Amino acid sequence: MELSPDQTIFWQYSFITINLTLVTTWGIMLLLVVLSWLVTRKLKSDIQISRWQCFLEMIVTGINAQIEEVGLSKPERYIGFIGTLFLFIFASNFCIIFPGYRPPTGSLSTTTALAISVFLAVPFYGISKSGVWGYMKSFLQPTWIMLPFNLIGEISRTLALAVRLFGNIMSGGMIVAILLSISPFIFPVIMNLLGLLTGTVQAYIFSILATVYIAAAVRNSREKTKSNVITTQ
Amino acid sequence: MDINWFTVVAQLINFLILVWLLKRFLYKPILNAVNEREKKIMDQLKDADDKKAAAQQEKEVFQKKNDDFDKQKKGLMDTVVVEAAKEKNQLIEAAKSDAKNLISKMKKAAKEEQDKEDKTIAQKTQKLVFDITRKALASIASLSLEEQSANTFIKHLKASKEDEKQQFINAFKSHPDSILVKSAFDLPLKQQNEINEVVSNLLETKTKLQFKTEPGLISGIELSTTGFKVAWSFSEYLNALEQNISGKMKEKPNPKPKKKADVSN
Repeated sequence: MELSPDQTIFWQYSFITINLTLVTTWGIMLLLVVLSWLVTRKLKSDIQISRWQCFLEMIVTGINAQIEEVGLSKPERYIGFIGTLFLFIFASNFCIIFPGYRPPTGSLSTTTALAISVFLAVPFYGISKSGVWGYMKSFLQPTWIMLPFNLIGEISRTLALAVRLFGNIMSGGMIVAILLSISPFIFPVIMNLLGLLTGTVQAYIFSILATVYIAAAVRNSREKTKSNVITTQ
Repeated sequence: MDINWFTVVAQLINFLILVWLLKRFLYKPILNAVNEREKKIMDQLKDADDKKAAAQQEKEVFQKKNDDFDKQKKGLMDTVVVEAAKEKNQLIEAAKSDAKNLISKMKKAAKEEQDKEDKTIAQKTQKLVFDITRKALASIASLSLEEQSANTFIKHLKASKEDEKQQFINAFKSHPDSILVKSAFDLPLKQQNEINEVVSNLLETKTKLQFKTEPGLISGIELSTTGFKVAWSFSEYLNALEQNISGKMKEKPNPKPKKKADVSN
């Protein structure tokens, strides 16, 4: 039994492999982009709008509101990254309703890639907010002794992000596969329904944790700047 | 459970591409549309607020105008009411005056009419009475009555007062031959002589009287000369009666008609 869609390889040349994970990811990317393009090509700024526009607006403004709630004051700056994280993971997990589909999020490579992107995004936003030195200093908080722990925390949370998502989705897929071999009716359907819920929750958790990490980085640097301003006064 | 690092890198790149694509095709247009709509709504709200403020201002202006208009209207109405009352009084006064004049004119006309009618009635009555009297007298004026009339005339001459006598003498002495005796009937010779004798005695001179018959005197005799006249006839009585009737008619212009019972009685 294949645990990861990485193992389903379509084409390989040296280390370059085109596996099911990549193909499914491209499919989902295409789906998201085409859907977005179809809806947004006829956008209206009037009071009366189409249902699809209303649906997309609800999603986008909902994500914006969530980002703002976590503590990022200008959500437009972060929605590109956080929103895409949520939509990609959600779409990947939602498509389990299609028979024979294997979500790319069930591959540790994908979840690692997403976790690495979060790992990179946190310093990116932190540095863009308060500069390299300002961001670096946040690792010395509250004292320099905490530096190794802060670094370990940074890496471990990234690892946790990757493993949490992979574990949840992979386990869901595995349970369905096992149940299919034991009882081919009813139970797999129920488990799939449960998988939909788990997938949605995981998409939310992943993106909200990413937001929290970014917010923490941005806030640390902001507070540092504020305290500097107070001391100079 | 191995991690395929090529897949990891590829997925990382895929993810970044997806971020760019979704930013380009989803977030930016949607957020722009939302912002634009918000701006539009804000503009509309602002516009509505402006219009509301303008409307409020306009309302206040109109309210003020209305108040001014009401005040002006009230003032004009008061003036008009006062003027109308004045005009009404004037018209009433004029009407009263006209009515008074008309009543006065009507009264005058009625009085004139009444007088005229009274006069006509009096004249008719008088004429009737005279006619009756004349007829009666003409029928009863027998010779004895004519004689009696002449005798009465002679008696009058004799019984006249001293100052009357003196006047008579003064008037007839200067023209003793031009004394004319008019009578309603032919005086018998005997009466002519008696009258001639009485006048001659009065004048203490011999006189020659001229006798003339005039039916209008109605059993009367008239003795006249230039500027003086002595007369007696029924006409004198009739004239007095006429004056008396006319006087009575004027005193009672609208005599009440007698009741039926009175008439029957």
